[in-house]
Amino acid sequence: MSTASHDVVAPAAAQRSDGVWLAAWRRFKADRVGLVSACVVLAFIVLVAVSALGWVAKGWQDEVGVANAPPTLLGPRPAEATGAIEVPKGPNADLSAVDPLAPRYADIDAAASKYRTTDAAKADTLPMGGDRLGRDVMSKAIKGTQISVFVGVLAAVLATLIGTVLGALGGFFGGKVGDFLEWLYNVFEAIPGILLIFAFAAVFGRGIGTVVLILGLAGWTGLYRQVRAEFMKHSGREYVRAAEAIGASSTSRMFKHILPNISHVILVRMSLLVVGFIKSEVILSYLGLGVGVEDVSWGTMLAEAQSELILGYWWQLAAATGFMAVFVTAFSLMADAVRDALDPKLRGLE
Amino acid sequence: MTSSLLQIQDLRVSFRMGKEQGVVQWAEAVRGIGFEVPENSIVALVGESGSGKSVTAMSIVNLLPDNAKRQGRILWQGRDLLGASLQELQQLRGKEIACVFQDPMSSLNPVFTIGAQLAEPLMKHMGMTKAQALQRAEALLGEVGIPEPGRRMGSYPHELSGGQQQRVMIAMALACEPKLLIADEPTTALDVTIQRQILELIGKLKATRRMSVLFISHDLGVVGEIADHVVVMRHGVIREQGRVADIFAAPKDDYTRALLACRPSLTHNPDRLMVIDDHMAGRSSRQVQHTKDPQAPVVLEVRSLAKSFFIKSGLFGKREFKAVQGVSFRLRKGHTLGVVGESGSGKTTMGLTLLRLHEPTSGEVIFEGKNLLTLSDRERQSMRRRIQIVFQNPYASLNPRFTIGQTLVEPMDIHGIGTDRADREARARALLEKVGLDASAFAKYPHEFSGGQRQRIAIARCLTLNPEVLVLDEAVSALDVSVQAQVLNLLRDLQDEFGLSYVFISHDLAVVRFISDEVLVMKDGVVVEQNSAEQILASPREDYTRRLLAAIPRGYQA
Repeated sequence: MSTASHDVVAPAAAQRSDGVWLAAWRRFKADRVGLVSACVVLAFIVLVAVSALGWVAKGWQDEVGVANAPPTLLGPRPAEATGAIEVPKGPNADLSAVDPLAPRYADIDAAASKYRTTDAAKADTLPMGGDRLGRDVMSKAIKGTQISVFVGVLAAVLATLIGTVLGALGGFFGGKVGDFLEWLYNVFEAIPGILLIFAFAAVFGRGIGTVVLILGLAGWTGLYRQVRAEFMKHSGREYVRAAEAIGASSTSRMFKHILPNISHVILVRMSLLVVGFIKSEVILSYLGLGVGVEDVSWGTMLAEAQSELILGYWWQLAAATGFMAVFVTAFSLMADAVRDALDPKLRGLE
Repeated sequence: MTSSLLQIQDLRVSFRMGKEQGVVQWAEAVRGIGFEVPENSIVALVGESGSGKSVTAMSIVNLLPDNAKRQGRILWQGRDLLGASLQELQQLRGKEIACVFQDPMSSLNPVFTIGAQLAEPLMKHMGMTKAQALQRAEALLGEVGIPEPGRRMGSYPHELSGGQQQRVMIAMALACEPKLLIADEPTTALDVTIQRQILELIGKLKATRRMSVLFISHDLGVVGEIADHVVVMRHGVIREQGRVADIFAAPKDDYTRALLACRPSLTHNPDRLMVIDDHMAGRSSRQVQHTKDPQAPVVLEVRSLAKSFFIKSGLFGKREFKAVQGVSFRLRKGHTLGVVGESGSGKTTMGLTLLRLHEPTSGEVIFEGKNLLTLSDRERQSMRRRIQIVFQNPYASLNPRFTIGQTLVEPMDIHGIGTDRADREARARALLEKVGLDASAFAKYPHEFSGGQRQRIAIARCLTLNPEVLVLDEAVSALDVSVQAQVLNLLRDLQDEFGLSYVFISHDLAVVRFISDEVLVMKDGVVVEQNSAEQILASPREDYTRRLLAAIPRGYQA
């Protein structure tokens, strides 16, 4: 018997049917807007990876240009007019009498002549301009992308993890467990989000890890509600009952049977969280509660841009908002396309 | 004779299925059919799922999805509806042609009262004032046989039973006095007793209102009772059409004959049911004579099983609702216990309680001398595999994200049956063949199978655990009559081969009679009658049992 059926194995396994994911991928491919935004997001992810590996934007802290160097496109700033101050016309006053260091100038000059100091020539213009210290805004923006995207994705993963596990427990078991989790949820929901973030920030201090933790801990509630509702709906379904009848444990029913069936809901929600958290990180850093001073993110760039803008140096603001707008828009559009591709209600319509 | 109200000529309906290599793919659901609906008559469209009967009916008023394309002619009182504008169609819909659908629960709006939902089309289409409309609505409810129509006007849909909801749907359809009522499987979701009432209602309305009905069903037995003309469809073509008496007395087409033969009947009880393919190939069904040992050992004994639900009432109060009370029976090895009753009689709750999918309130379930209800969790896990359940809805009972292989191997993994992965997969393949499926089904997903095939897979999943008792909870009720026959035959064969004992829960006494040795009749959670299958049919003691018997469709009676 077994040999006979083993002969069938190879061809049968080879033509394994399209799963839900493959079908979703086929629908996704047909969505042009989704595909383009996915490419944009992919490009950003490559940029983040390359930057994290230190291949680009490694020296973002180097002061390579003159202070507030304008973008190359605009050309160098005209040299500042000098000599506006009038030369005084009175008799010359010998100050060496009052200068205590005057007799030592010769020694100092002799000591200094032993060393050679040449300042690296500072660029007059930089591709996307420079900040007030003359750092390259392009490098800063790339490094900032790395930090911001990293923080957004990691915080979304954390929030998704918390929300999924709690939602699964609450929805599947209900009863006392469900009541307790609802109570916890209500406590979190009762506090205004930004206040909650401030409270966490005050306790944990600054830093990338802290921002991830803060956003994750404050942002799981919406996903929790949705996952909980899905679990409540599915736990009464017959296929879950059937799994119970064959003796599958609660854990197996929750995570092996129900979770794959609602994973599209979680995935879509998570991608929306990424967008939200990137924006939150920007706000936090702007307010000085985000990443530390030794790091750069889109938020810290925006915070710096505020004082520069008064002086007419707009390029740092443009770079940060430009990068952020492109990424966030592309990511949102991609999340939309993913949701359309995964929506079971569209299945079979094509 | 009467003139024709609706004429369908060479109708073709196809659906756009997306593009493949730049070429638009079309799937043809209806391939050139023609029939007519005369005035004041009931025409039945009969066929299995996928025969194109519903598509035909929905194309009349163009309630098809956007990707459908219609060709041919649909003449409504001489006017072609295919070219009609949306506005013209909307004038017709509800006013002259009304529709009733299969599922009354999802067809009524849950947030409006019955009265409001009935009065709305009256005010809109008939230009009545609110008071007039409400008065008319009440009269309509009375006409479709709802008791105390005045009080029911203020009820919400969930307060009505399934049968009453379908009556309300019919009342809504009748509101504007249509000339044609399209009823798409209006009784399939209902119990047999309620089906009987709805059929009688439709028959009566045809007589009193002189309207025509296009009645769609998969069950020739139902159709035979009310139709004047029958159109039998298969794979989008008409196999046979004619007067109901001719179809039943002298069916010309093999397929019609097969459809007539495959329904279990009360008068004639074969060992196996006819199956469409056998019949059409001219094979007579294989008749195996088997006798059951009346002294076979008892595998399962149930003593005064009870299950109550507690419904919250008031702030702290609880009200007890007794879903099952004092059910006792003995099930012998290789025997089948049939459980019959209307919906709400507690038969499903009883089945779930046997497996402890519901915790019973009291009673004993003795399996091999042990009371299942007092077992520890560990003992329970090992007992669990020996009683298995097959659910009603084959579309919901398989995990859509698991391949059939995963579905079948999982229970063996959990209980450590078989030596290793390869052995388990081999067993799963063998079982697939046993239930009549190809071994290539192993790598497919549930959505690629029909309802009957899915039910076979669900049965195979139970068999992986070598159970001794199978609880079949309305396992064939959601299937077409023809597919139902195949699954019933399969269940019989498996019982003969493995000596399985079945608890067979159903609302259809004809099906229960085919498969059962003993029958429990349940009503409101209590067993009202318990006897051998032959006895129950020959001499039912209770009125309720007699009513259930009378409700079974008998086809055309000359």
